[in-house]
Amino acid sequence: MTLLALIDCDNFYASCERVFRPDLRTKPIVVLSNNDGCVIARSKEAKAMGIKMGVPWFQIERTYLAQGGQVFSSNFALYGDLSGRVMHILEGMVNNIEVYSIDEAFLDLQHMQANSHAYEFGIHCRNIVRQWVGIPVRIGIASTKTLAKIASHIAKQKIGGTGVLCLRQQHHIDHALKNLPVHEIWGVGRNLSKRLNDLNIYSGYDLMQSDTRFIRDKFSIVLERTVRELRGEQCLKIQSRAELKKQIIVSRSFKKRINDLEQLRPLVSNFAVRASEKLRHEGQKCLQVSVLIFTSPFSNHAQYKGFHSIQFSSPVSDTRSILAGVKKALNNCFRPGYSYAKAGVVLSQFSQHSIIQGSLFDEMDQSIEAKQDDGLMRCIDAMNAKQAQVYYASQFPGQLSSTSKMMTSPKYTTNWLDLPIAN
Amino acid sequence: MTINYLGSISVDDLPATFTKFFLEPVSVGFPSPANDYLESPIDLNKYLIKNNVATFLIRVSGESMINANIGDQAILIVDRSLKPRHGSIVVASLDGEFVCKRLQLKPRLCLLPENPAYKPIYVQHGQDLDIMGTVTAAINKFE
Repeated sequence: MTLLALIDCDNFYASCERVFRPDLRTKPIVVLSNNDGCVIARSKEAKAMGIKMGVPWFQIERTYLAQGGQVFSSNFALYGDLSGRVMHILEGMVNNIEVYSIDEAFLDLQHMQANSHAYEFGIHCRNIVRQWVGIPVRIGIASTKTLAKIASHIAKQKIGGTGVLCLRQQHHIDHALKNLPVHEIWGVGRNLSKRLNDLNIYSGYDLMQSDTRFIRDKFSIVLERTVRELRGEQCLKIQSRAELKKQIIVSRSFKKRINDLEQLRPLVSNFAVRASEKLRHEGQKCLQVSVLIFTSPFSNHAQYKGFHSIQFSSPVSDTRSILAGVKKALNNCFRPGYSYAKAGVVLSQFSQHSIIQGSLFDEMDQSIEAKQDDGLMRCIDAMNAKQAQVYYASQFPGQLSSTSKMMTSPKYTTNWLDLPIAN
Repeated sequence: MTINYLGSISVDDLPATFTKFFLEPVSVGFPSPANDYLESPIDLNKYLIKNNVATFLIRVSGESMINANIGDQAILIVDRSLKPRHGSIVVASLDGEFVCKRLQLKPRLCLLPENPAYKPIYVQHGQDLDIMGTVTAAINKFE
């Protein structure tokens, strides 16, 4: 039987804000999204105050601050550094790890079959991460990813527990699933759970007992996999970092609403330039570029979500090709008459190989894919890394976006001027 | 130009005084005689930091540790993975503030300054003390 662990950092962004602020150890903390729009992380105390995930900041600002709550703009320099440290520690502990998100990782515990070993390993992991980085984590251990998620979920709810839970014996699994509403299972969600409820499937246990064939026909092969995983049959394997990254997204909210295509284009170009840099950093080339544009869900004006993808005939990583694709895609999904609040660029379909062989007489040299100058891109990336900004003509010179961050904590671990102070 | 192959030499054959730095520029077109002896430059990170994932830098404010060679504005290398012992210099959070002091465990728990002008801090019952990590080095910059 397989065995794996999910390590999940408790309220990660809020915990990061505490590492260098011991005075905030028991204070409520919320962290806001880019542009300080809404709440994206809450400490245990903030949750207890009834602050909901995703709530717009302006709605809670007055009462929250009046009750002594602390607020931070997101400080991704800090979160990224601390996350890297946590993941690095975990990588040193097992042979195979999947960094699933900034605050979660799956660890392969195949070699630890004895229950007590796995549990002790979990405790050890938790203590080391806590001591070395200062971040509290909880750990769920089980035979499949879906069950490990459930185990960590239960470990989180157990107040005063060790933060480590092994979910391996069948009667424990059954008990846990009977008490788990079906929408809380990984990959199920609200919409799916309504349809499941209509079929009298309310708990995780009901779902586990469902006929796999029936689930596949009525829903999807994805949900069938979930059923199998609940039964302890591993369907989702631990994927290494290289296999995992399948797309690169750069998106931001704007400080002011934008109505005009000519104003929107340079900002979207900025995202494209940043995304291209990330793509080259990963040593990848992509076959598809997409543009997303959104109006604000919190405004009373007409709502619109635009999306368009451009397919390249051969893999590209040259910013000029990606900018050309982005321009086409944006022209395609832009609609006048809306106030745009957010946009993004997605690079996907990574590939190293040319799919379409250009023929001898093709006019390849005229196409946007033809300009692949790795040397030039390396040179520009190196210059920009040293703050000598080289801009493309379609960019908006300056910051990546117009985010306003009034309440960001210092970059304690990445900037000499921001080091924590000791007396 | 003619090149005569004279045989190879290993580092062990070099005289002890041999310096492996080349300060002069090497003329273009000739193979650099240093090529076979290139070593990476001395790396302060390697010297100062043993466990980089657990190491944090903290700036000192004040003169309370001056007799331990830790001046105002010194940068402390703090390793959170080392267990602090009696006599270790530590960074601790005391009532929500970071302090750098020498840790005394016996006869009673105390944070000792290294400057007669400052008083020892005896940790009282109910006071919030948390050792963040052990100070393994301090960097004082003079210019």
